[in-house]
Amino acid sequence: MKRNGVFSRVCMILTLIFMYAPIFVLIVFSFNASKSRTVWTGFSLHWYADLFHDTRILGSVATTLEVSVLAMVISTVLGTLAAIGFFSMRRRSRAVVMAINNIPMTNADIITGVSLMMLFVFAFGAFNATLGKALGVTLKTGFGTLLLAHITFDVPYVILSVMPKLNQLDPHLYEAALDLGAQPSYAFRKVVLPELMPGILSGAMLAFTMSVDDFVISYFTAGSGASTLAMEIYAMTRKRISPEINALSTLVFVIVLVVLIVVNVHSVRQERARQKRDLAWKRADG
Amino acid sequence: MKNKFLGIPYIIWMAIFVVVPMFLIVGYAFTTREGGFSTGNFSNMLSYAGVFGDSFLLAIIATLVCLLIGYPISYWMTREGPGVKRIALVVLMLPMWMNFLLRTYAWMSLLENTGILNELFSAIGLFKLINAVTGSNIDHFPMINTKGAVVLGMVYNYLPFMILPIYNVIDKIDARVIEAAQDLGANSANVFRRVIFPLSLPGVISGITMVFIPSVSTFAISKLLGGGKTLLLGDLIEMQFYGNSYNPYLGSAVSLVMMVIVLVCMAIMNRFGDGEETAVML
Amino acid sequence: MKKKVFALVLSLVMLCTTVLALTGCGSSGGDADKGVVNVYNWGEYIDEDLLDEFTAQTGITVHYATFSDNESLYSILSSGSADYDVIIPSDYMISRMIAEDMLEELDFDNIPNYENIDEAYRGLEFDPDNRYSVAYTWGTVGIIYNTTMLDYVPDSWSVLWDEGLSGQILMFDNSRDAIGIALKYLGYSQNTTDPAQITEAVDLLIQQKPLVQSYVMDQIFDKLEGGEAAVGPYYAGDAITMIDENPDLAFAVPKEGTNLFVDAMCIPKGASNKANAEAFINFMCQPEVMAQNLDYIGYYCPSSAARELLDDELKNSPIAYPDEALLANTDTFINLPQETLDLYDSEWVRLMTS
Repeated sequence: MKRNGVFSRVCMILTLIFMYAPIFVLIVFSFNASKSRTVWTGFSLHWYADLFHDTRILGSVATTLEVSVLAMVISTVLGTLAAIGFFSMRRRSRAVVMAINNIPMTNADIITGVSLMMLFVFAFGAFNATLGKALGVTLKTGFGTLLLAHITFDVPYVILSVMPKLNQLDPHLYEAALDLGAQPSYAFRKVVLPELMPGILSGAMLAFTMSVDDFVISYFTAGSGASTLAMEIYAMTRKRISPEINALSTLVFVIVLVVLIVVNVHSVRQERARQKRDLAWKRADG
Repeated sequence: MKNKFLGIPYIIWMAIFVVVPMFLIVGYAFTTREGGFSTGNFSNMLSYAGVFGDSFLLAIIATLVCLLIGYPISYWMTREGPGVKRIALVVLMLPMWMNFLLRTYAWMSLLENTGILNELFSAIGLFKLINAVTGSNIDHFPMINTKGAVVLGMVYNYLPFMILPIYNVIDKIDARVIEAAQDLGANSANVFRRVIFPLSLPGVISGITMVFIPSVSTFAISKLLGGGKTLLLGDLIEMQFYGNSYNPYLGSAVSLVMMVIVLVCMAIMNRFGDGEETAVML
Repeated sequence: MKKKVFALVLSLVMLCTTVLALTGCGSSGGDADKGVVNVYNWGEYIDEDLLDEFTAQTGITVHYATFSDNESLYSILSSGSADYDVIIPSDYMISRMIAEDMLEELDFDNIPNYENIDEAYRGLEFDPDNRYSVAYTWGTVGIIYNTTMLDYVPDSWSVLWDEGLSGQILMFDNSRDAIGIALKYLGYSQNTTDPAQITEAVDLLIQQKPLVQSYVMDQIFDKLEGGEAAVGPYYAGDAITMIDENPDLAFAVPKEGTNLFVDAMCIPKGASNKANAEAFINFMCQPEVMAQNLDYIGYYCPSSAARELLDDELKNSPIAYPDEALLANTDTFINLPQETLDLYDSEWVRLMTS
C-alpha cells in the first residue's frame, strides 16, 4: 500500500489540533493565577492546592470511581455468564435475547436514563407504600440506583466483547479436556476461560470507560443521594465553574497518558520479543 | 460447557431494567396528568415539529461532517506504519477519558465574543483587515450561541466514534484482496471504489449510528454552546422531567416518538449495509 | 439439574445484592451519629463556610446541592427521585407546593431562633398561617448593565429590546421571570391569567429573541463580570456580588415596575431528616449567621437583629435596601391556576422553538 502524502499528513495534524485545542486550553488555564477562563494573569499552582481541599469535588471523584469499579466487576461477571448462556441457546431464542441486550446500546442515553428513573420511582413508591411500611424500610434513589443503572448499560458491552471469543472457540478443546478426565469446572477454568480472557478483559475495560464517561444516565438515576464527577461538573457549568476542575482534568489527562504509554510500550516490547523468538525458531528449523 | 441456564440471571435483569422501563415509557406516553388512557400527548406533538426538525437537521449535519472528516482520517491512519497507528489510536482515545462536559465547556472559552479565538484574530489584525476591505465595523466573529457552535460541539465530541469503527474495519481488510485487485489491473482509484469502500461500509454504518444517536438526543451541548436559544429534543425531554415544565407524560411521548423515528432510520440504513453486526468500537 | 440450581442460586444472590444496595442508601448511607441534612438551594445563594460551621456546632453533616430556578426545583421534587430536607423556593412556588401538599409543617419548637425574624416577614401571603416556611431573604429583579458598553442609564425594560445592543443582551432562562418582565413592560400585571396578555408577552419575547445572546440563570455571573454581554435582568443581591467583582457594572430598577420576591426555607414532604432540617433552619436564623450570610450574598435581611450586624456598605446599599418609592410599582408573584401554568409551559416552548 502507498504511504500518505503531505496533504493527508497535514489534514491529520489539523484534526489533531482540533481534538486537542480545548484540552490545551483547560490545561493552560489550570495554571492561571486568576479565575478567568480567557485572560492569562500569571502562573500559579493554587488551583491544585485548592483542589486537594475541596471535599465536594474529591467526594464526587470517589463516587465516580466506586460506582465504575463496582459496575465493572459485577457487569463483567454477569455479562460473561450471560454470554455463555446465550451462546448455548438455540438460534431463535438467542436472536431474541441479543436483540433485547442491544436496546440499552442503541437507545439514546437520555431515554435509558429517564426510563430507569421512572422504574425506580415507580417501584420504590409501590414498595414504600406497602411492604416497606410494614418493615419500616424506605427505599430512596442514590448510590444503589446509580449502580443498578450503570450495570444495566455496562453488561451489553461485556457481552458484545465476549461473544466473538465464544464464536472462535473450538468446542473440541473442552470435550478433549473432559475425555482426558477433567472435571467440567476444572476444564472450564483451565481450557475455556483462558481462551475467553482477552474478550472478558476488553469488555471490563469498556464497561469501566463507559461508566466513568457517563453523565446523562447518572444524572437521571442518582437522585439526590449521590453525585458523580460528571454531575458535579454539569451543576458547575450552570453557574460559575471553578478552575479547580481544570486542575483535576489536567491530572486525569496526565495519568491516562502515562497509563496508555506504559501499556503500549509494554505490548510493543512483548510483540518484539515474540517476533525475535519466532525468528529464532525459524533459524533453528532452517 | 454449554449451559443455557447461565444466561438466566441476566435475562431476569434485562426483564426488570430494560423491558419494564420501556413499557413504563409507553404507558406514560399514553396517559396524562389526570390519569387514564389518552392520545392527547401525541396530538400535541405537531407543535413540537420545530424541535424535531432542528434536532434531526443538526444531528444529520454533524454526522455528515464527522463522516467527511472521519473517513479520510481513518483511511489514512490505516496506511501508516504500526508505530504511527498505535500513537494515532492513543491520541484519539485519550480525550475520551476526560469528561465531555469539560471539553465542551473549554470550547466556550475558545468561541466567546471576548474568547480566546476572537482575541487571537484581533491580535493578528484580522478584524482591522476585514473592516478596511469591506468597510464593515466588526470587532469579533459571533461564534458562540449559534447553531453552528452546537454542531461543532457534536462533531468534536463524537468524531472518535466515527473514526474508530471505520479504522477497525479498513485495517482488517485482507491486504491480499487489494493486491488481487491491483494484479487484475485496477488503478488505485478503482481499488478504493470497488474494493476498500464497499468492504468498509459496516464500519461506516456503525460510525453513523454512534454519532447520530447521541447527537440527536443531546441536551448538554445545546445548553452550553447554543446559549439556550436552540431547543433540541434532549432539552425538550429533560425539561419535562427535571426542568422548567414538569410533565413526564409529555416527556415520555416525545421520547417514544424520537425512539421510533431513530429505529426506523436505523432499520432503513441497515438494509443498505447488509445488516452487518455492529463493528467493535474500541 | 445441578445447572438449574446454580442458576437459581445466582439469581437469588443477585437479588439480595440489589436489595442490600438499595436499603443501604435508604438508611441515608449510615453517616456519622448525628446524621445528615440534605440542603437544596439556589446557586450562589449561601456563604458555604456556614455549612462547615453548622457541622461544627451540631455534628450534623450537610449535603449541599443547588438548583437553578423554582420550576426545576418543582420538577425534581415532583419526579420523586430526589430526597431533600431543606429547600428554599420563592413565594409563588411555596404557595403552589402548599396547595399540592408537597411541604411538611414546621415544628417551631425546634426553631426557637424564629423570634429573630421580623413580624413583617411572618405569615406572608403565600403562607398566611405561617406553618410551612421561614423567610430567608427578599429582593427585587432589576437590570444589571455594563456602564462601559451602554451609553445611557436604562430606566425601562425597553433596554432589553434595544436593537443597538443586539447580541449583547442576556435574558432569564425560566418562564415565570422572563414572561413576567414582558408583562410588566406591556403594562400588565405579572400575575395575569388572561391568555391574550400572556400570548402577547410571549410574542414580545419572540421579537426579542434575535437580539438575545443567550438565555441564562447563574451563567449570568460569568458573562456580565467578564464583559461578554452588556445587559441582563437578574436578582438584586446577585447584582451586588457582580458589582463587587467588576465595578463597571451597575443596577437599575425599571420605571414600569418589577417583581419583588421573598424566598423562604421549607421542608419537603417526606423528608428523611426532618429534625436535622429544623436544626439547620434554626441555625440560619441566628443573627450572627444571618448577617454573615447576607453580607456574602447581598440580599435584603428579614431580621432587624441581624441587620444591625451587617457591613455598613451593604446596609447603605440602595440595591439591597431600595427606598419605598421604588417599591410602589412592584408585584409579588402568586401561584397561578393550572390552566395558566399549562399555557406558560406551552408558550415557553413556543418561544424556545421560534
